[in-house]
Amino acid sequence: MPPRSKLITLLEKTSVPNLIKDKLVIDDDWTVLRLNEGETADTVSVPVGKIIVPLAVWQAQRAALQSRAQLGVWLASDERPETLKDDLAPFQVIAVDFPKFADGRGYSIAYNLRARLGYTGELRAIGDVLRDQLFYMQRVGFNAFAVRADKDIHDALKGLTDFSEKYQTSWDEKNPLFRRAKRDTVTARD
Amino acid sequence: MYRYDQYDHQIVKERVAQYRDQVRRRLSDELIEDEFRILRLQNGLYLQRHAYMLRIAVPYGLLASRQVRMFAHIARKYDRGYGHFTTRQNIQFNWIKLEESPDILAELATVEMHAIQTSGNCIRNTTSDELAGVAADEIVDPRPYAEMIREWSTFHPEFAYLPRKFKIAISGSAQDRAATAVHDIGLHVIKNEAGEVGFRVLVGGGMGRTPILGSQIRDFLPWQHAMSYLEAILRVYNQYGRRDNIYKARIKILVKAIGPEEFARQVEAEWQDIKDGPATLTEEELQRVAHYFTAPAYATLPAVDVEFEQKKATDKGFANWLKRNVKDHKVPGYAAAILSLKKTGVPPGDITADQLDFVADLADRYSFSELRVTHEQNLVLADVKQSELYALWQEAKAHGLATPNIGLLTDIICCPGGDFCSLANAKSIPIAQAIAERFDDIDFQHDIGDIELNISGCINACGHHHVGNIGVLGVDKDGAEWYQVSLGGAQGNHSSIGKIIGPSFSAHQMPTVIDRLLQVYVKQRIEDERFIDTVRRVGVVPFKDFVYATPIKADHVTGEDVCA
Repeated sequence: MPPRSKLITLLEKTSVPNLIKDKLVIDDDWTVLRLNEGETADTVSVPVGKIIVPLAVWQAQRAALQSRAQLGVWLASDERPETLKDDLAPFQVIAVDFPKFADGRGYSIAYNLRARLGYTGELRAIGDVLRDQLFYMQRVGFNAFAVRADKDIHDALKGLTDFSEKYQTSWDEKNPLFRRAKRDTVTARD
Repeated sequence: MYRYDQYDHQIVKERVAQYRDQVRRRLSDELIEDEFRILRLQNGLYLQRHAYMLRIAVPYGLLASRQVRMFAHIARKYDRGYGHFTTRQNIQFNWIKLEESPDILAELATVEMHAIQTSGNCIRNTTSDELAGVAADEIVDPRPYAEMIREWSTFHPEFAYLPRKFKIAISGSAQDRAATAVHDIGLHVIKNEAGEVGFRVLVGGGMGRTPILGSQIRDFLPWQHAMSYLEAILRVYNQYGRRDNIYKARIKILVKAIGPEEFARQVEAEWQDIKDGPATLTEEELQRVAHYFTAPAYATLPAVDVEFEQKKATDKGFANWLKRNVKDHKVPGYAAAILSLKKTGVPPGDITADQLDFVADLADRYSFSELRVTHEQNLVLADVKQSELYALWQEAKAHGLATPNIGLLTDIICCPGGDFCSLANAKSIPIAQAIAERFDDIDFQHDIGDIELNISGCINACGHHHVGNIGVLGVDKDGAEWYQVSLGGAQGNHSSIGKIIGPSFSAHQMPTVIDRLLQVYVKQRIEDERFIDTVRRVGVVPFKDFVYATPIKADHVTGEDVCA
């Protein structure tokens, strides 16, 4: 058990509205647990309350954690969503971490969680989460966005409405444009 | 050609607004450069040596004359009066101000154009055969499929932040003119024995530091499944492509590491979940898009025009141009004419604003107001009456666009190189120019015949040096510019990667190096054997031995050569 003072540093906690969920800015009452250097998944202490634990911690401490009424888990960008196959029930929140916004693996993780694993709960983007990626993120299945703390979350909200139409299917749009819209042929030649 | 409907207009308009706001936030420091760089790259804006460069998408190389006039306008208003056609059928402008870039996009949108995904680690502009729809050897017109891929890949939410850039090329002819073997995905539209249309799918081709030819992972994919299958390939790549090393991040490295069979198996597994889902293309959608590519109102013409035959027999200059720059057309009495952007003294692919206006006029008068860009950086008027070829030739000649060198030594593929590009290790345009000047004699070039000389200023291989019969690669050695020469590369149906012949050369040695390679060819060739066939038959050694037999002296030592 690490000393109490160290536990505090493990937690990402702020008191201002810091989450976009279902297109609204809200106060987030969940806490993301990240392992510090030297800590291991099987020994780290998971505080009580609404905690989103790393996948490895869930796997290592499953017996102790699965009885909790409130629990979240997060996947790193190199972890596989299939690991949670048939194992989604304990979680109110699943988060996917973006170590850098240019690391696009999280988009396929989210899509697979929704489309292949059938996850219907809160799917949250954490890490380097910025306004200009939110439109794509919501398309692949994210419905909650822990926008990076130094950014204006109300400004980021605008990123959800950059486009009003899209060509292709993803999680948000089950049919491509050509199945949804009557696209009349424009006169082909001037 | 394809025309935007309300949906296309809406999406592009919203992109302009989104980008304009991103630029505003950058200028007010709400976005730092590290955040903005990736956003602007996804919109084709590169920071080059001297200014920003804007790369505009030319979907599968097809242009309307009004779009070409817009390029001329952009060249005059926002640039220095010229543009540069690239090896991926796009156009780029080299002297752009960041503050003005949103206005350029707004102007482009009025002619149904954009710069979406022309750079960055996303799905780039799909390239195709410049003779699509008119080629005598065409099996299936690839343009409707190319357009459907354009729409599918535009702002695909899952594949905007891939491990690395992703390029798709599509060809529908017996002869591959789209360099499909060196693309991340190469598609060949074919027909099976039952006459149904589908795709042969190649994956994992590419140039750069590790040149690899694509591997076939499917011999026949029914066309209805194109988008879901592409989605499966991209999903496998997005999850498993390497992200720890930029030089090992292309899909070719993944395919090579696990093998094409295993890669195909993973794609198949991914595909089973989405196969036959809503992404499956419909006959109605194919018809909607194909309608834009129906044949223009061709006249009924005799296969042979008497006056044309007469001019061909009596005017040697015209005959030379016909031999190299004019291609067969599937409609009797018509031909496809290539306007060469490889006049000696002009950087390959460059075109002035006045020339842009002029070629737009030519398109209006000779070719149903349409033009195509080739990946060899030339322009094509695809539907010219045989009887009008002579008049067209005379006009093009007067504007420096009728050099009869298509497929010859001076039809050099060349990247912008160190004169413009901040990635380059060495200049490439001056090398192309020095070689073009040395071998400017068109009779000599016609005697040498088909040969592909490709020059890249760095290992990123924008100048396709790996697939040049002669490839030249600019390298940096202790701060000086040197050039590595390879032999035996080829594009098309018999694609191959060239082999490096030995130690690199300085810039001033390069024309002599080319001269020695050609001397060996002339000595070794049998009858009408092409350069590449001679190289394949006798091997690299005789060329190498002769090139390095005696030192190549400097005619005049200048620039970097002084310290080399």
